[in-house]
Amino acid sequence: MESTYILPGLLILVALFFIYSYNRLVSMRNMADKAYSNIDTLLQKRFDLVPNLVNTVKGYMEHERELLEAITRARTEWLNASTIEENAGADQTAERAIKTLFAVAENYPDLKANQNFMMLQEELAGIENKIAYARQRYNRTVMALNTMVQRFPTNLIARLFNFGTRSYFAIESEQARSAPEINLRDGEKE
Amino acid sequence: MMDPIYSRIAANKRRTFILFFLYAVLFGAIGYLVGIYIGDPLFGMILAAIVFAVLFMISYFSGQNVVTKMAGAREVKKQEEPYLYNTVEALSIAAGKPMPKIYIIETEVPNAFAAGRNPDNSIIAVTRGLMNRLDRQELEAVIAHEMAHINNYDVLLATVAIVLAGTIVFVSVIARRMMLFGGMGRGGGRRGGQGQLIMILILLVVAILAPIFAQLLKFAISRQREYLADATAANFTGYPEGLASALEKITNQQVKNSPIENRALEGLYIVNPSLGARSANRQSVLFSTHPPAEERIKRLRAM
Repeated sequence: MESTYILPGLLILVALFFIYSYNRLVSMRNMADKAYSNIDTLLQKRFDLVPNLVNTVKGYMEHERELLEAITRARTEWLNASTIEENAGADQTAERAIKTLFAVAENYPDLKANQNFMMLQEELAGIENKIAYARQRYNRTVMALNTMVQRFPTNLIARLFNFGTRSYFAIESEQARSAPEINLRDGEKE
Repeated sequence: MMDPIYSRIAANKRRTFILFFLYAVLFGAIGYLVGIYIGDPLFGMILAAIVFAVLFMISYFSGQNVVTKMAGAREVKKQEEPYLYNTVEALSIAAGKPMPKIYIIETEVPNAFAAGRNPDNSIIAVTRGLMNRLDRQELEAVIAHEMAHINNYDVLLATVAIVLAGTIVFVSVIARRMMLFGGMGRGGGRRGGQGQLIMILILLVVAILAPIFAQLLKFAISRQREYLADATAANFTGYPEGLASALEKITNQQVKNSPIENRALEGLYIVNPSLGARSANRQSVLFSTHPPAEERIKRLRAM
């Protein structure tokens, strides 16, 4: 008598687990999408500022042509990027070049006094920092998603509904996280 | 399977509900007594229900406004404080939550708090001194700590508790006034004796319940949540040392009679602003809203 309930009970449990896992996968995928679009928006903001930055700096930095070209190149690279890897590559090139630019700017007192440059520097420092956090956020959501997609038994459900793993938005080193080391508040006094 | 953060959020929502319920009972009791005093208990209870409904709305929907007003904080926009704004925005990205509103308290004593009812309706307030004394990484760590409180719904419980606890003080003041007034104006009146008795009863109820509610407030703003927020903050920034050194600086710079010293709000701040008032930080751990800063710093450095 009792045994007649065991099979339906088990089926219900399996169904519940199925629903739960599927919903988790969906919300994790959406979180990863949202985190990625965050990075994208910020990269857009940063690269929108690049032409302005290059124009402002050009007149002052005669000897740093290569550096400016590297920044412009990173922007072109980013405009043509379609995969996550390409986006991440452009991001990294730009981040390094902008960081160097601000470091080099220390040698140009006239440039540092330029109102427009000061504004750009502050804006870019903020954006670089946000990009670093957005990257971290994205990589974490991707790690959680990938773990669920690959682990048993959720991998069965993932395979059934075509949930794939995602690529990380890779950066080479952790030190990139601290973004450009600029003291914003003292900038005006100097 | 239950995520510790989710169970934390559920616990905070449950406690907020319990808090509201207890206050409803308290207000019902006071309304009933006032009703007897007026001569119509039903009217008194209806009155109490209306007052409570208003209080509920205020504490739930605009609790953060009450709290920021109490703290003397003023809202700032991106153009005024781009550095602070960018920092908060970066951490809201790290937490994956909407951007809270930003408030500043104009005092040199470094400190910060968060308030609100959920991540969509929340604020972060920092003092001018915090911005001036911390470097970028330390400021980020403090903001991350506040984002963690918002994330965990600690702010809902704390904000509601503070507004409701404030009303108890208010009611007790009114009751005392009424007794004084009744005592002088109607001393020889028909119901003077009975009225006085009821007023004394109300006072007794408030007097007995107020400390219980104050205790609840401490329980609500439990010390455990500070460790959790510290850990979450370290996770957001990936740099526990930033928060450790920020806590060190903040703790060392709390001063006696600072403008942000406020009994009702002390549990809200990242570091208790009343620290300076007590001799050499050696306050009793039992009655504190916060774990000792040294212990928090030690745990952060062990991460």
